[in-house]
Amino acid sequence: MTTMALRAGKQTWALVAKDLLVEWRSKEVFSAMVLYVAVVLVIYNFAFEFRRDTVAVLAPGVLWSAVIFAGLLGLGRTFAAEQDQGTLDALLLCPVDRGLIFVGKLLASLLFMLLVQAITVPVFVTLFDVRLSLPALVPLVVLGSLGFAVLGTLFAAMATHTRAREMLLPLLLLPLVVPVVIAGVRGTQVLISGEGSLAVWLNLLAGFDLIFLGVVYALFEYVLEG
Amino acid sequence: MGTTMVRAQSASASWPERAVGLLGWALLPLMVLDLYLIFLYAPRELTQGDAQRVFYIHVPLAWIAYLCFGIVAVASIAYLRTRSAAWDRLARACAEIGVAFTTLVLITGSIWGKPIWGTWWTWDARLTTTLILWFIYVSYLMLRSYATDEARGARYAAVLGIVGAIGVPINYFSVQLWRTLHPTAVVGPGSSGLEGAMLFTFLFSLLVMTLLFLYVLPNRIWLIEIQDELRGLRRALLEEVARAQ
Repeated sequence: MTTMALRAGKQTWALVAKDLLVEWRSKEVFSAMVLYVAVVLVIYNFAFEFRRDTVAVLAPGVLWSAVIFAGLLGLGRTFAAEQDQGTLDALLLCPVDRGLIFVGKLLASLLFMLLVQAITVPVFVTLFDVRLSLPALVPLVVLGSLGFAVLGTLFAAMATHTRAREMLLPLLLLPLVVPVVIAGVRGTQVLISGEGSLAVWLNLLAGFDLIFLGVVYALFEYVLEG
Repeated sequence: MGTTMVRAQSASASWPERAVGLLGWALLPLMVLDLYLIFLYAPRELTQGDAQRVFYIHVPLAWIAYLCFGIVAVASIAYLRTRSAAWDRLARACAEIGVAFTTLVLITGSIWGKPIWGTWWTWDARLTTTLILWFIYVSYLMLRSYATDEARGARYAAVLGIVGAIGVPINYFSVQLWRTLHPTAVVGPGSSGLEGAMLFTFLFSLLVMTLLFLYVLPNRIWLIEIQDELRGLRRALLEEVARAQ
């Protein structure tokens, strides 16, 4: 039993390491995601006209929509790149459980998202002078990104095999991640204002993550087959 | 009814086809009677006035739409287990009918909301969830039509049919949390118990809408069958032509 778990862990790590290595050598997705968030923040600045009195109200929404859109950009690439280079078939030929391929892809996407946020969130907070404690934001961002990445990995794998992949991914994903956006935005508001309970939103995110981790893990083999 | 006619030319209609055809004709007077009950028979509601009459259309439509998406989820699980095309056709037909009914639910809801709430739309849990539901199943239909091949589309759609059904209650719950922690004045539709003539009108309307669903569903499934058959024939013909050349 333990040897099996150990092997599964090793296999998953190999899958994650592969994606990280590819990204490390090209730096394609990562730099695009960071720049994308930066330029979105500039656009939002003009769209909403941040002022000292409005920034506390607008900041959570701006932050989470930047997170969501950057995530979409990254997810779109995870399977598309494999598909374009014909490596998806090779991946499927590997003697690994299909569920582990899901976990590997999920962890790689999640790591990209978190790395991008590690750079962009502090920039956002200083640029717009938001009074927000960054360490307190970490669990919220991690749980939110996990939920987003779980469903995102599933739909990215599907969208790759359709004629309109860039268009279809957000259409499939966004309606279902509404709870993540709600919990993320409200949780961030609690952190900024200091009023209300953060636990409610963390619980919502944790519940969402657990349910969909189980469901997607069980269903992923049907997406990869053939 | 078009399907039944196409079939009738090739072979005599089977009994389910004849039964559904009869149902179609029976629906015509029933729907007229339903309109009579809604607009003339049911008494005018005390607080909401005539606007409340939308209720008799709106609520049955919503129930059937939710039923449709429930069937999509069950048929999707059955399809992934058995890989029988019949389950896939059932799921697809129900998703289409569900989207059509949900569209009507959103429209009739807005028509009802404007005079009663003073606004076409409000972001309460039920409305928001219905709108999200609409988005999920429209994207379900898009996923099917954009898939690179039929079998893949069916499989992906089945996965989305299951994930979507699980997402909807979570969505409802989270929007409710979002609302209750940020209370705004949302006036729900009058929750006074239905009585007598109103209850009868509602139940009759529910019956008519259910029959409408039972009429549309098999017709849609047969049409999909014919489309599949036609696609198969076309493929066979193209292969024949390619071989001849």
